[in-house]
Amino acid sequence: MKTSEQESIGGANMARRSFLRYAGLGVASAGLLATAACHKDHKVIVGGGIDIGAKGDLAILNYAYALEQLEAAFYIQVITTPYSGMTADEKALFTSIRDHEVLHREFFKAALGGNAIPALTVDFSTIDFTKKAAVLGAAKAFEDTGVKAYDGAGYLIQDAGYLTIAGKIVSVEARHAALISNMLVAGSFAADDQVDSNGLNKSATIAEVLPIANTYLKTKVSASNYSYTA
Amino acid sequence: MNLFNIIDEIEKFDPELNDRLNPRRAAIKNITSFGSKVAMAAVPFAMGTMLKKAYGAAAAPTVIEVLNYALTLEYLESSFYNTGAASAGLIPAAGASYINAVKEDENQHVAFLKSAITASGGTPVTSPKFDFTAGGGTGEGPFKGLFGNYNLFLKVALAFEDTGVRAYKGQAPNLLGNKDILTAALSIHAVEARHASAIRQLLGVSPWITSTATLGNDTGVPQVNGNYDGEQNVTQGGVNLTTLPGVSGTSTSVAVATAAFDEPLSMDQVLALLVGTFIYT
Repeated sequence: MKTSEQESIGGANMARRSFLRYAGLGVASAGLLATAACHKDHKVIVGGGIDIGAKGDLAILNYAYALEQLEAAFYIQVITTPYSGMTADEKALFTSIRDHEVLHREFFKAALGGNAIPALTVDFSTIDFTKKAAVLGAAKAFEDTGVKAYDGAGYLIQDAGYLTIAGKIVSVEARHAALISNMLVAGSFAADDQVDSNGLNKSATIAEVLPIANTYLKTKVSASNYSYTA
Repeated sequence: MNLFNIIDEIEKFDPELNDRLNPRRAAIKNITSFGSKVAMAAVPFAMGTMLKKAYGAAAAPTVIEVLNYALTLEYLESSFYNTGAASAGLIPAAGASYINAVKEDENQHVAFLKSAITASGGTPVTSPKFDFTAGGGTGEGPFKGLFGNYNLFLKVALAFEDTGVRAYKGQAPNLLGNKDILTAALSIHAVEARHASAIRQLLGVSPWITSTATLGNDTGVPQVNGNYDGEQNVTQGGVNLTTLPGVSGTSTSVAVATAAFDEPLSMDQVLALLVGTFIYT
């Protein structure tokens, strides 16, 4: 069932996996994925925008890196300019979420090394950070979209190690999402807008997620090999 | 994981099993009641060895086995919440919408997985028996009285939810590239994480698992330390997360590093945590 292209990617992944195993023994962290992967045609910079590049795990990891950059920047802003009436408890929760998102961002940056897309410039001009409702609404959109994005892209990941790492992150995003939903409406942590009638979280394709993300980005992100160009 | 047709499953891996078991069965029939007890005592060990052979690292589980394993976990959760919801006076009004929403999801997961297994050409396992006190069928386990004690009920609920998240995560590699089944499993995984977060909020603990360097479990319930073991990991894909910069400063705390990444459990690990305590046959 595999195409020859997939076979070769599989081979590269095997090499990368062995390398990661080595790296796990204590070699320095930076640029782990960069060392083993030599695809030239990833992360194309086009007209001020970014493309996550050729089909494959590096593209999916860069897609995740783009979303984590966006989330981290959002929560940094939430804590930098707290909405009026933010309680100490709320501030503590938002600070934790901010720190998780910043760590997700830094993890992808370190792991991707030279294969990482550049830092994205965000545009939050549509979000009124002084209003609690606006911040919670935006936070819910970011978290719910993040969960749907990871769930929807999981099957595209070809390396079991990367898939597990994506799984480790998405459940934390879902924990965030449930908290934010409950802050908006108590008990809405798995409401119908996010969970279908089979009890499954909704999922979204790259082509569905990036247009939403791009409304908050000055640097537009495309995925031309996954049916979306900004 | 087919807990009920286990002999059939093992036979696929060990065709001679039946020949080996039958003499023992015959022997058991013929021995005295005293001898019978001795013979039976040896059975769990034999089963354990065979289970290891059937489900050990040598053979990754099939998609159907993964789905039946998931179904078994969902039977556990749905039965737990159905029992809780039916226990008069257990759930206060403030928690009713939360528990009811979780209960509905778990029942939907059971129905969904059954239909997914059938659609994939498999046969859904039937539900095992549960002892939510963790007493292995005695009803006298460490969580005795949980259906009359809301706080205890929530603590057991949380252990199930956080363990469920870990269990689904652990199976993702066995579904690699399978668009329909992996996506569905990841989608249930996310819902279990939403549940875990919500139950944590009801309990008044942080919505994410915040471990220390030496203890994965942050729930304050030492009986479930094993369910959280490994959550203290701070190394991901060869990267030591604590060496990465935070918003201010050049390193990241263990608390943030452990909370930002949830950890998987293997099928063997999950079954070892549940079978003989919460699940019995």
